[in-house]
Parts: sequence; C-alpha cells; structure tokens
Amino acid sequence: MSAWRSKSVLPGFTISLGSSLFFIGLVILLPLTGLVIQVAELSWQDYWAIISDPRVVASYKVTASAALVASIFNLFFGLLMAWILTRYRFPGRVLLDGLMDLPFALPTAVAGLTLAALFATQGWFGQYLALWDIKVSYTWLGIVVAMVFTSVPFVVRTVQPVLEEFGPEYEEASATLGASPWQTFWHVIFPEIKPALLMGTALSFTRSLGEFGAVIFIAGNIPWQTEVTSLMIFIRLQEFDYAAAAAIASVVLLVSLILLFVINGIQQRYQHISGALK
Amino acid sequence: MSIGIERIRKSFGSFVALQDINLQLPSGELTALLGPSGSGKTTLLRIIAGLEQADSGLIRFNDEDISQRHVAERGVGFVFQHYALFKHMTVFENVAYGLTVKPKKYRPANAEIAKKVHNLLELVQLGWTADRYPAQLSGGQRQRIALARALAVEPKVLLLDEPFGALDAKVRAELRRWLRRLHDEIHVTSVFVTHDQEEALEVADRIVVMNKGRIEQQGTPEHVYDNPANPFVYEFLGNVNLFHARVKQGQSQIGNIALASPEYNNQDEQQGLAYVRPHEIDVFSAPQADAIKVKLDLITIVGPVVRLEALDESTGQLIHIELPKEQFKTLQLQQADTAWLLPRYSKVFLGEGI
Amino acid sequence: MSNTTGSATWLRRLLIGTGVTLSVLLLLTPLLLIFIAAFASGVGGIISNLQDADMLHAIGLTLLVAGLTVPINLIFGTLIAWCVTRFTFPGRRLLLTLIDIPFAVSPVVAGLLYLLLYGSNGPFATWLDAADLQLMFAWPGLVMVTVFVSCPFVVKELVPLMSTLGTEQEEAAVLLGASGWQVFWQITFPNIRWALLYGVILTNARAVGEFGAVSVVSGTIRGQTNTLPLHIELLQQDYNTTGAFIAAALLTLMAIATLVVKAVLQWRMHR
Repeated sequence: MSAWRSKSVLPGFTISLGSSLFFIGLVILLPLTGLVIQVAELSWQDYWAIISDPRVVASYKVTASAALVASIFNLFFGLLMAWILTRYRFPGRVLLDGLMDLPFALPTAVAGLTLAALFATQGWFGQYLALWDIKVSYTWLGIVVAMVFTSVPFVVRTVQPVLEEFGPEYEEASATLGASPWQTFWHVIFPEIKPALLMGTALSFTRSLGEFGAVIFIAGNIPWQTEVTSLMIFIRLQEFDYAAAAAIASVVLLVSLILLFVINGIQQRYQHISGALK
Repeated sequence: MSIGIERIRKSFGSFVALQDINLQLPSGELTALLGPSGSGKTTLLRIIAGLEQADSGLIRFNDEDISQRHVAERGVGFVFQHYALFKHMTVFENVAYGLTVKPKKYRPANAEIAKKVHNLLELVQLGWTADRYPAQLSGGQRQRIALARALAVEPKVLLLDEPFGALDAKVRAELRRWLRRLHDEIHVTSVFVTHDQEEALEVADRIVVMNKGRIEQQGTPEHVYDNPANPFVYEFLGNVNLFHARVKQGQSQIGNIALASPEYNNQDEQQGLAYVRPHEIDVFSAPQADAIKVKLDLITIVGPVVRLEALDESTGQLIHIELPKEQFKTLQLQQADTAWLLPRYSKVFLGEGI
Repeated sequence: MSNTTGSATWLRRLLIGTGVTLSVLLLLTPLLLIFIAAFASGVGGIISNLQDADMLHAIGLTLLVAGLTVPINLIFGTLIAWCVTRFTFPGRRLLLTLIDIPFAVSPVVAGLLYLLLYGSNGPFATWLDAADLQLMFAWPGLVMVTVFVSCPFVVKELVPLMSTLGTEQEEAAVLLGASGWQVFWQITFPNIRWALLYGVILTNARAVGEFGAVSVVSGTIRGQTNTLPLHIELLQQDYNTTGAFIAAALLTLMAIATLVVKAVLQWRMHR
C-alpha cells in the first residue's frame, strides 16, 4: 500500500481518484467508445469506401495543407513575437503581449465572421489584395488565414517562457566571444528553444486540423476545393448518415490522438518547458 | 518519551532506502541522524513522524507500538527543511494553527491561545514578529517560527529535517547553538537530520551515522569521533589521510614509523590502512628519524589555522596537515620547502582496499 | 538590450516593426472591425437588435451553458489536480494524458461523439426515450459537449502550480492536526486561488464561445437551442450582417474582459 502511493498522509486520495476516474470515464472515455461502437458496425469495405471517397480525400488534402502552412507561418511569427516580447522594451509592449492571447479568448465564430469581412472583395484588406489579383475569402488561402488566427498563441506562449528563463546573458556571452547575431541565434539560442518551438508548432498544427468555427465562415465551403474535413463530418451528419460521419471522425480522431501522444512525448523529454503549456 | 525503531525496512521501487533499521532513542535526548544524501536519514525521520509508511517493522513511543497510528495522533512536532510556513498567514496565525484546528471541545479559548503563542514567540526570541508574514522574515527567523509552530501542540517528540540546511553559514552556527540551549530548556525527545558532521558533533547528545540505508555507528559525539567503527565513519566525520600500514602484535607501521595499535594486540602480521586526521601529524623543518620527507605544495592560512598540502615525492601521495598558526610560524617554512612529517596517532582498519 | 552597435539597433527596429505590423494587421484590425461593423446602423440598430427575442434567448442560453459548465469543471478539475499532484499511483501519467484529449480533438468530432452516444440512434436511446429525456438537440446536450471541450483548462492551470508548491505546507498542517477540509480550505486554497480563478475565466471564455461542438448537438433551433456563437451564423445567413456583428461584439467584450482579468491575475500570481 505504501509503495503504491507514497504521499499517503494527505487526505482525499480515495475521493479525488474516484471522482477523477468517474469524470474522465463519463466525459471523455465513454463518448469515445460510442464512436468505436458506431464504426465497428461498418464492414471494412464500407468503412474504406467512406473514408476514401474522393470528396473526402480532397477535404483531407485541403485541411492538412492549410494546417501545415498555417502552423509554419505561426512558427516564424510566434518566434518573432516571443523574441521581441522578451528581449526588447518598447512602448505598447504590455498591450501587445496581452493581444497575443486574443485568439484564445475570442470565440471562433467571431473570428471567422470578422476575417471573412476583412478579406471580402470590398473588405478593408480584400480591396487592396484584389488589386494584386489575390483572393482570400472563399479560397484555400482564407482557410489558412483562419487557421493562422486561431492558433497564434501556441508558439508564442510555449517559446516565451523558455526565452525568459534563458536570459540575455548567454547571448551577451556569445557576442563578447565574437559571434555574429546570426551565429548567436543559430548556435546558442535555437538549440535551447527548439523543443518549445517544436511543441508549439505541433500544438498549432493539431488545433488547425480541427478548426471549424473560424474556417467555415471564410472558406466558402465549395465541394472539392474549400471543404475542410470537420465540415465533411458535419455535412454527413446533416444527411443523417451517422455511420459515415463516425467513419470520417475516426480518421480525424486517430490523427489527433497520435499528435497528442507525440506532443506529450516531446513534453516529457523536455520537462522544463512543461510549465509553459497553457 | 523514548523512541524505539525495530526492523524498519523501506524501498521506493527498486531503490532500498532503509534496510533493517534498529535503534533505541532514550527519552529527553537530542539525537542527530547523520549521513550523506541518499543514506535514508530523512526517510527514517518521516517514518517516525508517520509521513511515510515503512514496508515492515515497528515504531514504538514509550514501548507502545504506534506504527499504525495516523500522523496527527502521534503527537510529533515536525520542522521542515524549507520551513513550510503557511505564507498567507501571519506569524501569529502560523504558530496558533495547531491549536485553532483542534475540535471545539479540545480547543483552548482564544485568550489562552494568544497567551500560549506569545509565550512560544518569546521562547524563540521573536515576540515582535507576531503580525508579520513569513515572507518578511529572514531564513533563520522563519525556521525559529517553524519550530515554535511545531512546539505549540506540545509534541512528545520533536523531529527536524535538515533544520539548518537552507541557511547561510553564520546563521547556521548561531541557530544550532541556540537549538542546543533550547533543548536543554524544554527537554523534549528530539531527532534531527543533517549531512553536516560539524553540526551533529556540536549539537547532539547522540549521533547515529547512516549510509546506504544502514546504521554505521551510533554513540555520543565524542565516542563516535574518537572511535570510528569503520572507514566510512572515519572519512565522513572529517578530512583524513590514508596510509598503507602493516599491523603486528599491537603495533602498526607506516613506512618506518611505528604507532601503538592496542586493539590489534594479538594480531599476526597483516596489511591494513592507517587513517590519520590532518591535525594528528607533527611537522618538522629539520630531518627526523623515520619521518616522511615531503615538499610543501600549498600553504593556506585560514584564520588561526594553517592548512598544508604536502607531497610525498617518493610515492606521489598528497598529505593534508592542519596546525595552529603560531606553531607553524616557529617552523619558518615557505612554499616549496622540504619538511618532515610524523603521524602522532592513527586508526588502522585491516584489509587492502580503500 | 545589447544595442551597442549600429547593426544591432537596425535589426532590433526591423524585428519590432515587423512584429508590431503583423500583430496589428492580424489581431488588432479584426477587433476594430467588429465594433465599427456593429455600429453600422447606429445605436438604435444595436438596441433594436439586442431586443430581438431570438437574440435575448441566445444570450440567456449561452449564460446558462457557461453557468453550468464552469462549476462542474471547476470542481472536477480541482479534484483531478489534487489527485495527480498529491499522490503517486500507477496510471498517473495516463490520467494526465487523457485529460488532454479534449484539446486535441476537433470540436466537431467532440460534438459527434456525444451525438452518437446519446442521440436517437445511440445505445442509450431506448432508455432515454422511456425516461422522456431529450439530451441531444436540447440544452443538456449543449452543456455536456461544453463540459467536454473546456474541461482541461482548470487542470492545466493547477497541475504545474501545485507540483511546484509541493506538499510540505499541507503535511505540516496534517501534522498539526488539521482535517482534510481544513487542509484544503486553509492551506491549499489560499495558495492556488488565483490560478483557480484563471482556470475559471479560461473555461468560461471557451464555454461562452464554443461553436463546432455545440453546432453538432444543437440542431440550431431558433429561440430554443441557439447559443450566441451559433446565432451569429444564423444572422449572417439571414443577411443581417449588422446583427451578426452586434452579437460578435458582445462576445468580443467578453473576450476583452477575459484578457484583462487574465493580465491582472498573471500579475498577481507572479508578485
């Protein structure tokens, strides 16, 4: 018993473990089994036919490519923001810092509605982009923009604490040893923030794969072109084809669970960035 | 209240923290559990407190088995290394806590609690801090408050886990003398854990030296220091020089130097290792019969004491010596000079290995 | 920082300039647009839109969902954090991974999971029918999926903090004779209250703003199962863009309040 739980003098083990298992079982695990039951009713051929339907496959490609581009954008943008927020002092810095969390606080439907309006052909941005013949609303690019917006905070908020802890003295040491700013960044800073950067980007990618609210407002949802996989599930549901919805969802779910385990793996290997996860 | 520890064992996974510990601590004594980190001393303390459960074995308070009793019912006061003061409560509230959480029928009246807390704060000489928060106090003050808090519930046993570990050297030295005096005043059976041999030697009535989950030796500080039971205890209790020695009929020989070893009176010739403390070596500036000839590599003057590092060029061994500054001055030795050494006393353990 | 040389100053200006410009374009401009668009038909337009029965109902339903979700996740989140930071037991890490699942799962999939389980084709359908309980396409379903999507917030705020705090203060209280309740309320709670509140406002923001999961289980029935974010979509489909932006502005005010409270709490926690 004692080896089983070593901090045994503190109260509430039974009640807290009991309610944790109850809650996680009821809220998280039970619904997952519902999906498994539904999918298990399909034959392998039917299952394969649903998930390899060309329109669905097109949605995989749209979703994955947009999420990839969005998370790569956020990799650079997040790194830049984390850097200037931790290393420089300038007017408005505190406000800018607070602004970084906006996408998490702002409901996705609001983000979608607003981005669609901004990038519409008559919108604030859209009218100028039209001059260059760039269309964002109702295109693949619109999906990327929505995904970028909703996942901005991930990289910033994972890299920022690491940079804060790392401190500028290492850069100063490197500079006094004669390294150029680029050498300093590449040899001194980058190795230190790499795990956080990787994790932030992976989180951003995961979030983008599942993004729905912001995307459907701006994507136009044109079959074969701008339908994301989440929307495909939604469409199957509206057709009351629950089995097909479940089958597609199982693919999405599997991918997100794999990503979750990868992210947890990164986090475990680099414990020191775990506190940064919000 | 005496403490009896019988056949205590404890493992964490595959790591054996304590193996078969047996120990009797008489009532009213101040005992030090001394050992390096990982020796199991803190685990033993936490098992006595009831914060940790032993895998097997018994803990007795006054011959009564209390192993199954809950921490709160054991009547122990516990002082943590990092104080564990409740940082959102004032000093007064911290010290009063053990009294205010008592069930209503056992709880003293507020005036009585206040009186008791103020008495305790006077005892630890911090009466003026009652309305402050822990963050406003220095480390040494916090630790005294933590002690007052533990004493408020009138524990029958006081347990202290590295009580001075987080303090700087000067405060440490002050506080341990203070603890010694306090103990003489209140005489509650106390056990404290430390890895600092000087602290244990200075403060404790009794020292229990632990290593790798076992007790190596116990006894009064003087006894343990003068008669270390084995090489581990010898080395742990202070700096030491090791020499190869031959033991025969109550004598041990380091090179050509003969020293008395009465414990080996009937011993046939055998190899051993002689342990000589740095202050047990005489230094000469002129050649002496049988003495070890050395070159003085490094001379460090630390206040009233001089520390020498001397190189025996024939063996390559570095010998550490300590002697009073006045005595060293009369020798008129400089760095890189040649000197001659004669150990005055040694303790020999048989066997080849170190 | 190290602006000792000309090139360093130049680099610094370039980096700050790029960062600020992108942030203003990407984050601040949308914020401005929301309020400008909401005022497109003047204050009168705002008042008449806000007096619309469907809008009022959507606001009420959103508050109901958040009002039920937050306490549920607060209580269970605290219990889970207590369990994983105060005890070691086999499966502890697994528990921490499981609680992350809702953040990894697409909201639409989350909604679908509940629809499959508690919907009219699900394994509980007969039982629910017999008891005359309608969970899906009704407000209980909205609460259920919202609990799912927002349950990790409190846990994720508490676990790192409680691990860092350690157990010494609580052990000291137990040694001094405090009961379980006393240990939690008098020792643990004062140390974690700001983090707890932080977790609550994050949970609340997500609960109020959730779109994907609730849209699956809501059926978007006007005046019945329509939350404010879903109402935005309906209004936009009705070509009532101003109305959509008024609803959006309400939610944006909530988001801004969240950010302000968050900043205050972070300042308090680091003090």
